[in-house]
Amino acid sequence: MPAPVITASSLVKKYDDFTAVAGIDFDVAPGESFGLLGPNGAGKSTTMRMIGAVSTRTSGELSILGLDPNLHGPDIRSQLGVVPQQDNLDLDLRVRDNLLVYGRYFGLPRTQIAERADELLEFAQLSDRKAAKVDELSGGMKRRLTIARALINDPRILLLDEPTTGLDPQARHILWDRLFRLKERGTTLVLTTHYMDEAEQLCDRLVVVDKGQIMAEGSPASLIREYSSREVLEVRFGSDKNSEAAERVAGIGERIEVLPDRLLIYSNNGEAELEKITKLGLHPITSLVRRSSLEDVFLRLTGRSLIE
Amino acid sequence: MTALAGRTRGLYAGNTRAVVARGLLATKSNNWLIIVSGFFEPVFYLLSLGIGFGAIVGTVQTSTGAEVPYAAFIAPALLAVSAMNGAVYDSTWNVFFKLHYAKLYQGMLTTTLGPLDVALGEIMLALLRGALYASGFMIIMQVLGLNLSWTAILALPAVLIIAFGFASLGMAITSYLKTFQQMDWVNFVMLPMFLFSATFYPISVYPQAIQWIIQALPLWHGVELIRGFTTGSLDAMVWVHLGYFGLMIGIGILVTTRRLRKLFLN
Repeated sequence: MPAPVITASSLVKKYDDFTAVAGIDFDVAPGESFGLLGPNGAGKSTTMRMIGAVSTRTSGELSILGLDPNLHGPDIRSQLGVVPQQDNLDLDLRVRDNLLVYGRYFGLPRTQIAERADELLEFAQLSDRKAAKVDELSGGMKRRLTIARALINDPRILLLDEPTTGLDPQARHILWDRLFRLKERGTTLVLTTHYMDEAEQLCDRLVVVDKGQIMAEGSPASLIREYSSREVLEVRFGSDKNSEAAERVAGIGERIEVLPDRLLIYSNNGEAELEKITKLGLHPITSLVRRSSLEDVFLRLTGRSLIE
Repeated sequence: MTALAGRTRGLYAGNTRAVVARGLLATKSNNWLIIVSGFFEPVFYLLSLGIGFGAIVGTVQTSTGAEVPYAAFIAPALLAVSAMNGAVYDSTWNVFFKLHYAKLYQGMLTTTLGPLDVALGEIMLALLRGALYASGFMIIMQVLGLNLSWTAILALPAVLIIAFGFASLGMAITSYLKTFQQMDWVNFVMLPMFLFSATFYPISVYPQAIQWIIQALPLWHGVELIRGFTTGSLDAMVWVHLGYFGLMIGIGILVTTRRLRKLFLN
């Protein structure tokens, strides 16, 4: 196995009394697509800032591309691409100028930047908008421009903090397609998300983070195998009746989660469990059998939903 | 020791020009009317007070004892004010917006740029605006015959130093401000400083205690420095004024750099 591009061990970040990251360990291999999955406030963004060499760790060890970010911040940043949670595109500049100016911040030669900017606009499907003002772009286009900008220095690692939060489904799929192409080209991706479908689509491997700690680690499929059943039966009895029904269906399936609006029954055969419920004389308003997802893994690990 | 070296190296990438180039490109999309309006304010003061009021006042004695026409007395003061306005506007309101709303510096500092590159670049831009206002004003002074000596040419570099001082300190102060209400304090300080810094009459009209307060403020030093050059009536105080601005620049850059590091690279 090749040497990891990122190594963190016992990594801690405290702000005054608040511990944002409480000792986490992980490695990221070159070319890997690595995800940090967790709810808001889990410490994902703080971890990303430390990897991005813009936040100093309180304790523990961190190595990015073999360098210590405390000592080699600029050397590390020159090899990273950063897509922050909120777009911070330069609104005073037009689309293509955003790329040119950003490249200049890295001290890259003009001709090289100009050539690369045109390639990246093509990649981000923004070639026809290159003279547009940033404000005129849709949310998805802005996001793609931010990604193009992050690639201007041909980074070895691309950091994406909640890349598709706030985008409509179509824009998300376009973005995922672009990120998947980067992955195919061998760019190392590190991303945070609280969407399980995103993690399943993009991550080779991920860690589930909650309250600054790693709860579990593995590929999406292995996590689901380990922490959930193959299928999930979702049944709704109406807001007032869910907990009452939960008592009556106890014992059905491997495990039951009672949510405010529905019951989740974990089993390898959802249809069979639904039959058992109807035989008990219970008639759910709606029922649905689906495959287990990372959302279920998270629920199992923390007792809470990802999106609250 | 290596940790210290690493941290200082992270402060400055020697790429201030990228920040300045960005600023110049961004100016294209700015509202030019607002930029130009800042220039006219002192011009209007000069015309109304210098020409109008000056006809009644006659001559005034400068701090070095020279008798000069009233318009020639206030024109250099307004030149200093012009430099101050340009520099302060850019380093407070514009910087505040970029800091809190546009998230511009956050983006810059995820690249190899260091906080000192960003601070110096933004200060340069503010200084450029100050210099632009001041050069225009100098031309008007020349046309109106208010430059009384060849030393007036030295007022141009002096204006740059004044703008540099105000821009550095302005950006340092702005880095501590969090709301637009706090930004109003900047105006609250600027207006009385503009009116009372021996701008429109000699400082000798004040009691000694008030004079000391005025002399502690930067605009007075700027006014006296420029007035010495444009009227040709100079004394050793020039060095004190220059020293004052040197200190202001040094403190401003130091504080701004530290603040940017604390805000974006903590």
